[in-house]
Amino acid sequence: MDRRDFMLRSLALGCSAAASPLVTPVALASAPWDNRLVVLILRGGMDGLDVVQPYGDRDMSGLRPNLKVGEAGHAHDLDGFFSLHNGLGSLMPLWTKGELGFAHAVSTPYRDKRSHFDGQDLLEAGTVSLGGTTQNDGWLNRMLGRVPGVQAETTYAIGIEQMLLTKGRAPASSWSPEVSFELSAQAQRLLELVYHDDPLYRAAAAEAIAIASDLEMSQDLDAETADMMSSNAEMMQPVGKGGSHRKLAEFAASRLRGHTRIAAFSIGGWDTHQTQSRFIERPLKTLSDTILTLRAGLGDVWGKTAVIAMTEFGRTARENGSKGTDHGTGGAMVFAGGAIRGGQVISEWPGLKESELYAGRDLMPTRDVRAHAAWMMRGLFGISNSDLERVVFPDLEMGNDPKILL
Amino acid sequence: MNFDPLVAEKRFGTGLSPHIVPPKSVDHMLEMLAGDDGMARRFVIPSFDKMRPQPLKIAQLGREKRKARGTDKFESASDAVRNINRDIRNRRLENLKFTMGRGIVTQDGFRERLTQFWSDHFTTIAKAGQFSHLISSAIEDTIRPNLTGKFSTMLRAAVLHPVMLGYLDQISSVGPNSELGKRKNNGLNENLAREILELHSLGVGGGYTQTDVRQFAELLTGLRYTVWRGFRFDERAAEPGAEVVLGKSYGGEGPASISDIYDALDDIAAHPDTARYIAQKLAVHFVSDTPNPDLVAAMAVRFQKTDGDLMAVYEMMLAHPAAWGVPLSKARQPFDFMVAAFRALGVTEKDVKSYSSRRMLRNISRPLRAMGQSWQLPTGPDGWPEQADHWITPQGIAARIQWSIGLAQEMGGAAPDPRQFVFDALGPNAAPEVQFAAASAEIKQEAIGIILSSPQFQRR
Repeated sequence: MDRRDFMLRSLALGCSAAASPLVTPVALASAPWDNRLVVLILRGGMDGLDVVQPYGDRDMSGLRPNLKVGEAGHAHDLDGFFSLHNGLGSLMPLWTKGELGFAHAVSTPYRDKRSHFDGQDLLEAGTVSLGGTTQNDGWLNRMLGRVPGVQAETTYAIGIEQMLLTKGRAPASSWSPEVSFELSAQAQRLLELVYHDDPLYRAAAAEAIAIASDLEMSQDLDAETADMMSSNAEMMQPVGKGGSHRKLAEFAASRLRGHTRIAAFSIGGWDTHQTQSRFIERPLKTLSDTILTLRAGLGDVWGKTAVIAMTEFGRTARENGSKGTDHGTGGAMVFAGGAIRGGQVISEWPGLKESELYAGRDLMPTRDVRAHAAWMMRGLFGISNSDLERVVFPDLEMGNDPKILL
Repeated sequence: MNFDPLVAEKRFGTGLSPHIVPPKSVDHMLEMLAGDDGMARRFVIPSFDKMRPQPLKIAQLGREKRKARGTDKFESASDAVRNINRDIRNRRLENLKFTMGRGIVTQDGFRERLTQFWSDHFTTIAKAGQFSHLISSAIEDTIRPNLTGKFSTMLRAAVLHPVMLGYLDQISSVGPNSELGKRKNNGLNENLAREILELHSLGVGGGYTQTDVRQFAELLTGLRYTVWRGFRFDERAAEPGAEVVLGKSYGGEGPASISDIYDALDDIAAHPDTARYIAQKLAVHFVSDTPNPDLVAAMAVRFQKTDGDLMAVYEMMLAHPAAWGVPLSKARQPFDFMVAAFRALGVTEKDVKSYSSRRMLRNISRPLRAMGQSWQLPTGPDGWPEQADHWITPQGIAARIQWSIGLAQEMGGAAPDPRQFVFDALGPNAAPEVQFAAASAEIKQEAIGIILSSPQFQRR
């Protein structure tokens, strides 16, 4: 019986506080798999051409007089053709170790209207188009639906805002480490009563109570994580102090060291219409801090972990009139983790000549981001191609194995 | 089913109060809305031009501090910057307090809700903390005086306000073939043009293309704002020649002029897609996440027939049976939830005004963030989501419960008797289970917290 069902049933029975079923640990079946997946949604449209720079393409520098690439931009050479933006420079040791990789010239199936909000909905829905006004489930949730025995704590969407990515019929948890939650037994019992007839409130409250009691039980584990993180102090060097993104990453790591197998959260700030060289620094720092915090917090588990970071669209190939870039199409995605085959930029490079650009303005996407995510879930969790191409990502052709995983 | 005073107060107003009498009829609601804006006088939020600290002063102090680097004046210049930053933070908290205060004590709740709705429709976000106190001023300038006029008037005011021009990068967009564009090698920035079409008027499903966005961006060049010189239309930055937006050509003859921009905005405001989009959005915000299509259609028709007369559109909504005869299924957003809680507790104007900055930060601003609604800081120009299931998440509900109980605890002995409060907060039809919970909690404060946490209180 999964935890959410269990909670709902307890609520439906109107259990008394004395029996206290909501704070009794439920015996957990072992998670369906041992590998870990972290999905980062990069909101605002990350400029793939500035983050993973095709400095070896001789048409690149002409497109962007102010946004320098390669050596001129103090970037780090990756493979003689691509260079990594200096803002992710602290991840270079991971690249060298094979724990960091990229895919380039990728996009969702979203085209032409270049709206952040539709673009993000489509990215999280994992579909070819948005059905009706609101798409109500996300691709991660549909993947979970193909796996018998997943429980709510198998998957965590982390942060204050809800993510479409994990929404849907399969159980999944949603929590923010910024919220503290303690209730007396009696308050809990009376709340069960007042939420009883409202399914939305009832389910949310049952989940909140269950998570809060889980967190209480796993305080020892968190303490252990904290110890380990301080012993890995040298690894933490590049990570700045403070920042709620670090709390999210630390929380994700503490969950993933336990029963959780999948965590998802968002990193915003990529909508760099103006003076991009300045404004892209912060989201890049957040992204590198997040990856390094996960790595430090996961310890041994890092070896079984794959992180993918994806965005709703890339940005214009040309710089705009205010030293920034506008909404585009093709872009880049980031892979990290001990389970990935890093040290490579996977790409069928389309070129940057006017005629090679999408609609004469954007990097031409040569592969669907969903294909990379699909191959990753096949490798990590053994999901079948037919489930991936029909249920998780409807109308996707996965194509050749990009060999992202070890 | 038609007008019901309790539904009016919950669905279209700011919640029930033990002291404030709900509106008597739709006509009464509309009369109040058309009448005097008493709340703006009782809780004064200065206009952009009058707001202190002024952007000019902030910029001057920043400049002095940079100049003083390495000299013995640096310390005093740094102090001045620190002080002004503190003033900005306090001003922002005061704006939050006053905005809440209006909702807490008003009889004309529909006006406050409409102000919220349109402020969200025309979302602006401070890109730096130093502008965070100006968002409320922009709302005071562009939204509040235009609530009952033509949509085109509000559109023009909102998108041309300096705060919007800064937020959506219009101030750095220059016609590539204009005098300034050629001289400084500057060019277009599409951000505002796109969001006007996508978010403010036609909607993302509307009939516009990337070419329209581009042409419209060219048309919008010339709108300038700097703290030193204020707002102006600068011909030298305007792209020469005509632009075609949604099939109509603007300008081209003679020098570029802001009147071409006004004309295009008026046409965009009158577009049939705009009528549909605004009608749908209003109905979703006030009535239901999935509103009755007849209601939306009737509002859209009224919008078109009256050339976007907003009062007429509201009147159509309030006169329509589908606006009343559906269950209270929406979840109050965190800000509105807090306002409704204070209102139910009978908080007065004097009470509100006595709250310190520290208290606003600790008891309001931070809990709002925990509930998922950092005040005036949505993640993007699309504003806050409407769907109940966006807000009622495990972390969201936990934050609401925690705040509700904490609020009652803070009131201590002054907390009302829960057996009475359950009716103050929920009305005479308080659900039996909430009445039971109110009567059986061992601790009064916990009972109040549970009433405020109940779906019957939070739904509207």
